[in-house]
Amino acid sequence: MEQQSPPKSMIELIDCDSSFRHEVNESSGENVGLCFHCRTCAGGCPFVEAMDHPPHGVLRLVQLGLRKEALECSTIWVCVACNTCSIQCPMAIDIAAVMDALRSMAIRQGIKIAEPDILAFHREVINSIERYGRTHKLEIMMRYKIRTRNWFQDMDIGLKMMAKRKLDLRPSRVREIGEMAGIFEGKNEGGDHE
Amino acid sequence: MNENGTLELSYFPGCSMATSAKESNLSLMEVTERLGLRLVELDDWNCCGSSSAHSLNQDLAFHLATRNLSLASPDRPLIVMCPSCLHRLQLAHKRIKEHAEVRAQEESLWGRPLNPELEIFHFFEVLSGIDRSRLEKAIVRKLSGLRFVPYYGCMLARPPALRRERNYHQLMEKILSGFGAQAMPWAYSARCCGTFLAAARPDVATPLVNKIIEGAHKAGAECIITACAMCQLNLEIRCSLDSKIPVLHLSEILALALGAEGHGGWFKRHLVDPRPVLKSRGLLN
Repeated sequence: MEQQSPPKSMIELIDCDSSFRHEVNESSGENVGLCFHCRTCAGGCPFVEAMDHPPHGVLRLVQLGLRKEALECSTIWVCVACNTCSIQCPMAIDIAAVMDALRSMAIRQGIKIAEPDILAFHREVINSIERYGRTHKLEIMMRYKIRTRNWFQDMDIGLKMMAKRKLDLRPSRVREIGEMAGIFEGKNEGGDHE
Repeated sequence: MNENGTLELSYFPGCSMATSAKESNLSLMEVTERLGLRLVELDDWNCCGSSSAHSLNQDLAFHLATRNLSLASPDRPLIVMCPSCLHRLQLAHKRIKEHAEVRAQEESLWGRPLNPELEIFHFFEVLSGIDRSRLEKAIVRKLSGLRFVPYYGCMLARPPALRRERNYHQLMEKILSGFGAQAMPWAYSARCCGTFLAAARPDVATPLVNKIIEGAHKAGAECIITACAMCQLNLEIRCSLDSKIPVLHLSEILALALGAEGHGGWFKRHLVDPRPVLKSRGLLN
């Protein structure tokens, strides 16, 4: 009988890195080993269709020590930390916190980012907070559009928001912005505190 | 409590309430004033870090939250209106409460003390604490059967670390029903609005928002009522259906019911005009 080739979705278990799981646990303060793949997170996640792996699938990659696959997946960027999975998980794993840890690790370890536009957006938000202490939506959106070269996407919505005075031309600012400068050192290095 | 018998509370507005959702902030002030409360804005507050800070750098997110905590007066609770800001502040506070050495570091970073016993609540806590009959006595305009769906978005979900905090399932339904509105049952009250994906990946956020709006129509609602300024904006800007539905902030509808007169500028700032619905129910002239 002719041998069938494995389905494309199959993940080859080579280069398993057993230290990876410990790094993720330490960084997130969670124990990913607790996940037994009941898929409750995948069933409840509003964004699962836009992800390459469902949330528990990412936990499985971590359990198996597949560092590259876990850090290169789109799921960690598409996740918005709405906590729908975290509150439903029967093992009380804070899955959103695991995603936070994986994003920071991907940045620190110079991994190829699956969703560069989402990263670009986060960077613009953080830059805005560094400049003013608060977010300035109009400037964030302008800089984001320039960065991603998506000039005309959302132009109509932007103009409508301007007409309704939903987008302030001037930023709302923190007075003592100087005392905040220090906390932005290493802002792009993915610091984690656990 | 000050000398006029008004209860003073510290208030963290957050970036949305301070800018794009000014109308929600103004209406909240009208509501609290009519309920005998005074919200004292945290002087020189900064952004809580939003989704972006904790997504990329959890240290930064923590420091952004502790600076706000260092500005809070130790002798009154801190009220937050944005569910996401609330989680950032509560998580940071839990950490300084549990780790004295971390608290000391943050105190020296800001040069101000941090109160480990500070109470941090959502505005819902204030609402749920007011005696229902007292609340209903304050009604000036009954909501005359207005059919709404309550939209909590992700605000009832939270990380396991905060599972002991109070939660407010059905609070909007209970309060607004008492005010004469009619809550319609539906499936999407706790479905996330997409937060920053509305800006960064509209292709992901739009179908999600459309489903929520379709759900509201199917439930027979005339409007959606939410307590989050970001949900309010996302549901308005990311709906690509021909048939839109107005989305009101809870504070706007409460302010109307409590007889606020300063609403002239609020409703015209909405991208989906709620005035026809409000007029048809006799809530606006």
